[in-house]
Amino acid sequence: MSARVALRLAILALAVLLALVASMGFGAADIPVPEVMRAIGGRGDETTRTIVMELRLPRALLAFLVGGALGLAGATLQALLRNPLAEPFLLGVSSGAAVGAVAAVVLGWSALAAWTLPVAAFLGALLATFLVLFVASRTGRGLDTRVLLLGGVVIGMFFNAVILLVLTFASAETFRSAIFWMMGSLAAADWGAAVLLTGYTVPAVAVLVLMARPLNALSVGEETALYLGVRVERVKLAAYILSSLLVAAAVAVSGVIGFVGLIIPHAIRLVWGSDHRMLLPASIFAGGGFLVIADTVARSAAGPSELPVGVITALVGVPLFVLLLIRRKA
Amino acid sequence: MSAGAAFEVSDLCFAYEGSSRLALDGVSFAVAPGVLYTVIGPNGSGKSTLLKLLLGALQPAQGRVVYAGRPLPGWSRRDLARQIGVVPQGGEIMFPVTVREIVEMGRYPHLGLLGRPGRLDHAAVDEALERCDIVGLADRPLSRLSGGERQRALVARALAQQPATLVLDEPTISLDIRHEMQIFELLAELTRQDSVTVVLVTHHLNLAARYADRMLLLDGGAPAAEGPPNQVLRREAVEQVYGWPVAVGAHPGPGRDAGAPQILPLAGTDPSGEPVDGGAS
Repeated sequence: MSARVALRLAILALAVLLALVASMGFGAADIPVPEVMRAIGGRGDETTRTIVMELRLPRALLAFLVGGALGLAGATLQALLRNPLAEPFLLGVSSGAAVGAVAAVVLGWSALAAWTLPVAAFLGALLATFLVLFVASRTGRGLDTRVLLLGGVVIGMFFNAVILLVLTFASAETFRSAIFWMMGSLAAADWGAAVLLTGYTVPAVAVLVLMARPLNALSVGEETALYLGVRVERVKLAAYILSSLLVAAAVAVSGVIGFVGLIIPHAIRLVWGSDHRMLLPASIFAGGGFLVIADTVARSAAGPSELPVGVITALVGVPLFVLLLIRRKA
Repeated sequence: MSAGAAFEVSDLCFAYEGSSRLALDGVSFAVAPGVLYTVIGPNGSGKSTLLKLLLGALQPAQGRVVYAGRPLPGWSRRDLARQIGVVPQGGEIMFPVTVREIVEMGRYPHLGLLGRPGRLDHAAVDEALERCDIVGLADRPLSRLSGGERQRALVARALAQQPATLVLDEPTISLDIRHEMQIFELLAELTRQDSVTVVLVTHHLNLAARYADRMLLLDGGAPAAEGPPNQVLRREAVEQVYGWPVAVGAHPGPGRDAGAPQILPLAGTDPSGEPVDGGAS
């Protein structure tokens, strides 16, 4: 890693750290930063310690993990599909997860135990991932990314139709909770989810970041990558499966949080270019940090009630991104 | 066929999936090391398909390709990429990349997944940039280059691989005279000075005639003629393959290629290639 890349990543990591600390200060009750630091150190009064350690810290960590996973998956899929419009939910993973989640709500599993909903969502996401893979691998030699794209989109549409069909016959209460799940939220965060997601994402993240150089070649064209010595089919398959697994986990714990996985990689490219050795880790930090901030706004902006975090990511993110786009083009 | 050939192609046949027509039908030839070899032929005659088979991107239905004495299936992609640099027909690049980043990709086969670029790698990249006369463009995004600059950047990437063989698919398409000549001069220099073997697909019959040591003329996937330019570019063969009447002249010079055959398509013909006064309509 060059010194310049290391410096850029260090800046982003520092920004993430600041966002994490700030996010623990804001909320229903604002806590000054020194008290936040005392609570993390295990001192200060008990209420503050509980709020910081049991509520806000696991939630902020989960926001970072989800945002980071979405940013990384978005950057990977854009390179894999060579499509700037690619984003983590394009290939039907989120629709599969939503089918699982809605099933859990409608069949009443989610009322039995809290963990059933994320598990059902995760299984739904896996089902979608492998259905899409099955379709794409049945059309000639190798994995045709155009078929992957088309197959992902139509399988997503099919699942969405299934959801709407089920919800048509559901009670008003079920309908409401299903819609809220689909809007995305980190409110269910706890240490269990944060630890589980950390253990799950770290290996996938590590392998994807190691694939930065083949992804560089792949992003300029499959034929070019092949002639540069990349084992193209293997890299494509690994990139698709690993990014889908990351998205499946993220969507299972937090629902569908849009925008992060589409825009964060583009924002990094606009400022620092497209070298995946920088882009992939930077998308993790920027995506994670951005979602930490968005979630903090979501739970503190409108008093006691929470705003859907997916709304905040778009409301805050789109103007910022447009500003960046205009300034870069000028 | 010569024992020390770079490429040895024998009886190559290929059909695209779902097509009953053979895209290549019984093509055989050999490319000796250090020569500039061109493949010519009308649109759809199988030139690009032939290149993809030479490079192992497509698998032949019949026949085989041998590179440096070893059949293609015996080469790993990485070993092959250390031997053969490729300039494919340019597709659109969707994301912002600088010229230097593109050229650095040429070091991939020498570095692999985890290798860190060292002094040798940087030297190879710098030399490739210099060779293609784009040192001043190194930090420019590829999207802001002219067609000629962009093409030289892609040639530089292939040179950064430090290949023994260079394969190019219509590298001078849509370039003006100067940029076109620069590419051909560079290829000639690479074969003469550095003993690089060059295999080139081109529509430029006249430039091919001046620079190539040997050429292969394809007609509907089958070889119509093979040999030195003055044996391949004969009037009857060219007229038959391209379906258009031509005169064949000689390059007036000055230059080392004075006398090379030059194809001059004739005017006053109908689209079927028959002379207008031929009576048939």
